[in-house]
Amino acid sequence: MSDSTRAFLDVRDLTVSFPTEGGLVHAVEGVSFSIERGETLAIVGESGSGKSVSAQAIMGLINRKAGHISGEVWLNGQNIVAMSDDDVRKLRGSEMAMIFQDPMSSLHPFYKIGAQLSEAVRVHQKVSKADAKAQAIDMLGRVGIPDPKSRADTYPHQLSGGMRQRVMIAMALINSPSLLIADEPTTALDVTVQAQILELIASLQSEFDTAVVLITHDLGIVADVADDVAVMYGGRLVERANVDDIFYRAQMPYTLGLLSSVPRLDQVTSDRLDPIPGNPPSPINLPPGCVFQPRCSYSHLVGGTTCEMQRPELLQINADHFVRCHLDEAERVRISTEVTHVFHGGQA
Amino acid sequence: MSAYVVRRVLSMLLLLLLLSLVVFILFSILPTDPARLTCGKACTPEIIEANRHRLGLDLPVMQQYWEFLKGLFVGRTYAANSPDPINCSAPCLGYSFRRREEVLILIKDGLPTTIWLALGAFVFWMVAGISLGVYAAIRRGTWRDKTVMSVSLVGYSLPSFFIGLLAIFFIIIKWNLLPYPSWVPPQENPIGFLQTMILPWIILAILYAAFYMRLTRNQMLEVLGEDYIRTARAKGLPERTVIGKHALRAGLTPIVTAAGLDLAGLLGGAIIIESLFSLPGIGSLAISSVNDSDLPVIVGITLVTATFIIVANLIVDLLYAAIDPRVRLG
Amino acid sequence: MSDQPLLRVTDLKTYFPVKSGGLFRRSLGQVKAVDGVSFDVNAGETLGLVGESGCGKSTTGRSILRLIDPTGGRIELDGVDVTDLSKKELVPFRRTAQMIFQDPYNALNPRHTVGSIISGPFQVQKVDPPGGVRAAVQELMERVGLNPEHYNRYPSEFSGGQRQRIGIARAIALRPKLIVCDEPVSALDVSIQAQIVNLLKDLQEDFGISYLFVAHDLSVVRQISQRVAVMYLGHIVELASRDVLYSRPLHPYTHALLSAIPLPDPDRQKQREQITLNGDLPSPMNPPSGCVFHTRCFRAQDRCKVEIPELVEVAPGHVLACHFPMTDVVIGTRIEGPNSGLVEMPHRDVEAPSEVIADMAEEGLGGPVTADYVGDPDRD
Ligand SMILES: Nc1ncnc2c1ncn2[C@@H]1O[C@H](COP(=O)(O)OP(=O)(O)OP(=O)(O)O)[C@@H](O)[C@H]1O
Ligand SMILES: Nc1ncnc2c1ncn2[C@@H]1O[C@H](COP(=O)(O)OP(=O)(O)OP(=O)(O)O)[C@@H](O)[C@H]1O
Ligand code: SF4
Ligand code: SF4
Ligand SMILES: [Mg+2]
Ligand SMILES: [Mg+2]
Repeated sequence: MSDSTRAFLDVRDLTVSFPTEGGLVHAVEGVSFSIERGETLAIVGESGSGKSVSAQAIMGLINRKAGHISGEVWLNGQNIVAMSDDDVRKLRGSEMAMIFQDPMSSLHPFYKIGAQLSEAVRVHQKVSKADAKAQAIDMLGRVGIPDPKSRADTYPHQLSGGMRQRVMIAMALINSPSLLIADEPTTALDVTVQAQILELIASLQSEFDTAVVLITHDLGIVADVADDVAVMYGGRLVERANVDDIFYRAQMPYTLGLLSSVPRLDQVTSDRLDPIPGNPPSPINLPPGCVFQPRCSYSHLVGGTTCEMQRPELLQINADHFVRCHLDEAERVRISTEVTHVFHGGQA
Repeated sequence: MSAYVVRRVLSMLLLLLLLSLVVFILFSILPTDPARLTCGKACTPEIIEANRHRLGLDLPVMQQYWEFLKGLFVGRTYAANSPDPINCSAPCLGYSFRRREEVLILIKDGLPTTIWLALGAFVFWMVAGISLGVYAAIRRGTWRDKTVMSVSLVGYSLPSFFIGLLAIFFIIIKWNLLPYPSWVPPQENPIGFLQTMILPWIILAILYAAFYMRLTRNQMLEVLGEDYIRTARAKGLPERTVIGKHALRAGLTPIVTAAGLDLAGLLGGAIIIESLFSLPGIGSLAISSVNDSDLPVIVGITLVTATFIIVANLIVDLLYAAIDPRVRLG
Repeated sequence: MSDQPLLRVTDLKTYFPVKSGGLFRRSLGQVKAVDGVSFDVNAGETLGLVGESGCGKSTTGRSILRLIDPTGGRIELDGVDVTDLSKKELVPFRRTAQMIFQDPYNALNPRHTVGSIISGPFQVQKVDPPGGVRAAVQELMERVGLNPEHYNRYPSEFSGGQRQRIGIARAIALRPKLIVCDEPVSALDVSIQAQIVNLLKDLQEDFGISYLFVAHDLSVVRQISQRVAVMYLGHIVELASRDVLYSRPLHPYTHALLSAIPLPDPDRQKQREQITLNGDLPSPMNPPSGCVFHTRCFRAQDRCKVEIPELVEVAPGHVLACHFPMTDVVIGTRIEGPNSGLVEMPHRDVEAPSEVIADMAEEGLGGPVTADYVGDPDRD
């Protein structure tokens, strides 16, 4: 299996479910994507669509007693799903790292930030305490913390939210991992600070040639930073394409619905938004056919009960564009043109 | 920090002063007549009156309190005008006519036993409570967790005199595994000391251990769900560091609080265990002075215990600030 | 009806005392959460109130409804001065003005059924709706897109969007004239957010409600508001009609805010010039001297550190507090050096400053005035 064609991160058919008292939660089902070093993949989707669970499965952070994981996660030629817990642990923080949504609660409140960073160094490198501290201070400087030497001796609560997220980034990147997973890294921050953080991630990414998986629900951020986009709904990947294809040529009704739902800063397309009706499905009772069917306004075009009863396969429509939908190609292209035209300022 | 400690110590002293006043007034309105107790079988009203005067009990309450306070700082002399005056040097906590001894000396005599009892039990219950609590939290929901928790519930609900009696009956009397308890200071006879103390320690610790087990488990479960624990795992830290360092430190604060106050409370005497095992500690002293209505001793013990608890409060607050940097003293 | 606004807020100030912990609580100072805010909301209109976290948006909204007692200023609602009304006198006022909260999870009592939550205002105001409470509530539920048969369910049985609908139904129960919406869609998914925005718009059309719409998402605010006010550290720094504010803002902070938001359009986003502000929001306990924005402003001059810029009307309906407004820059275009074409506001003692600036603004904008935010993507 040492094929050189395998992408740097290659996720195949990832499935995660949690047995709970209410029933089996199908958090993630059959998700596949891949990404090379230096690239950014954005995962978008509504709350509960399985974005964080996918990320945690890649990081090996899902307790195997709590959740069932199947499928393959190949990182640099090694399948993480098949590895022992301790081997995955050794990759965590060295080969792959993660930052989280809430920088307020993601740092340990009782330890100085310098100590939290050097701890990350010393788990993975055989260096002295002083060396680790020096690396920590250096890294704090590189993420734009002013006066890193004295800041290393402060506690998280003494920093602002933006500064804490910088510390989280420093901690994630301190062992130069080749994969960084950022789970809504700016959702808790102000827009002006968000811009700083996104800029920082991008510049460190090009410096370290890191592959970045960015989880977000903000389509603006996707357009800003992503090379590729994976759209998730109800635990499934429903569309995957490069960023231009998603914004200008998306074909899956859910992606299109998402586009018509966002109000735009740069124009008011019409007085009313055109939202997706209804609510997302419960992960315990997923519809048997297409998970989006109960909210889809195009399923009548497919006809019969196909959408209700049959799960659509992930269809490859060109080199890097995949769609999970029963509609035939002509229909998909038609509705795609219609919706994207309006989204980008055309008249309906 | 030091300004804070000074401020706290001052308010502690104020509190103690108020407390002593309250205690003094409370005991002075009790129906027992201390003067009556000073007088043996051949008692006449005249002797009682004479004694009352000799002890200063005929003075108004506030003046008695003042004498008591003064005694604390400069010592006092009882029955100064009589042929055999009794000298109680500063700090004078009072004088027990019943036992013909200064209260302070009585307490000093009992204190080592009580301290040894409390400290030993403390070590037992902290080690058992915290480790089992952490264990149950890590194994949450499994049969191991459930077993630990049920055992702790049993320990929590069994009265200690009951376990104590059982232990004495089986271990000492029936099976002769240990000699009958008789207090010896550790420096005189370490083996005898351990043989005497081991059962009281364990029995006293059972109740507390059960409580600390539950406290630790709940605390750990809460902390293990925190985002920074997920961060610690994402850094690639081994699970034992995640639990033993990051989670435990964060979960420690309420445990420290409870431990400090419980230990201080025990230093005021473990009445049941001390009497069961005939340990001459503060608890035994307290119970016998209550039986004898030996008021000066009761007042003394109350004040000493209160002091322990108030000091423990301060220490706990200082520890709190040392553990959690977000806590600012002031 | 007179042309008096429905709500007039004049020089509103809300300060919070900051005290140390412990037995002897010492005052450490105060947070000037809202510090001299003035604006009007007209009948049937939506005024958006935007700004970063902690700038005082929620405090403004809550002070207006007297959920917090303001420290100073005047609040007139429907011609009545409500600033100093007592608790009892406030009761009828609650019919005129209502509130919707951000967090649909915490704003509803989990132990009450939806029916009793929505009928709450009827009971408080002792109103007997014709046809009975239940019918009225079910009509409201239907109006906001809830199934009236779910009358007896509990909030936990509803999704986030549905809970926000419950909150809206409760708020409109007494047909108020004003609703203060505090981040009503921030916690919701994009698709649900759009449903709620549409619902609020429909209700406004049907009942002529005015909204004070507090949010940090400028795109949503653009969708729903007619006029928009921008707050920074307790002050309104700019207020203008929606189209002017989004296409020709004059305050450097408004520029920075707008340009920091990435557009959901890869091509346009790549073409944009972004202004990145340095640093974080200063502490409101210790606000900077002069212009509160000067510590982060890319145009700040010495004057900004010492002189507080006053809020002046620079064009009809466009008020601004800045010494060096961005009359020279069309948003989205490159800013040549931080102080290119600096036009200075006249000093305080100059008379009729507003006219001067209006002229200046026109002159300064001499270049191609784009009708929209980044304009036509085909335009170079
Ligand atoms: N440990 C768990 N046990 C049971 N169910 C879980 C667990 N973790 C996640 N889930 C469920 O899995 C589903 C997917 O959750 P996930 O956190 O991945 O969503 P998400 O896409 O990240 O959403 P959000 O945008 O809200 O973060 C949810 O329905 C969630 O309730
Ligand atoms: N009850 C209070 N006591 C003390 N300070 C307060 C109180 N409420 C708010 N503040 C402070 O007042 C300032 C303004 O807060 P406010 O909640 O109005 O901001 P906001 O603009 O609504 O922010 P966000 O976007 O985070 O909701 C903040 O610095 C806040 O810490
Ligand atoms: S498969 Fe059917 S229901 Fe699903 S998105 Fe396509 S058209 Fe809609
Ligand atoms: S007054 Fe000065 S500091 Fe304030 S916004 Fe204007 S230019 Fe910037
Ligand atoms: Mg998530
Ligand atoms: Mg707010």
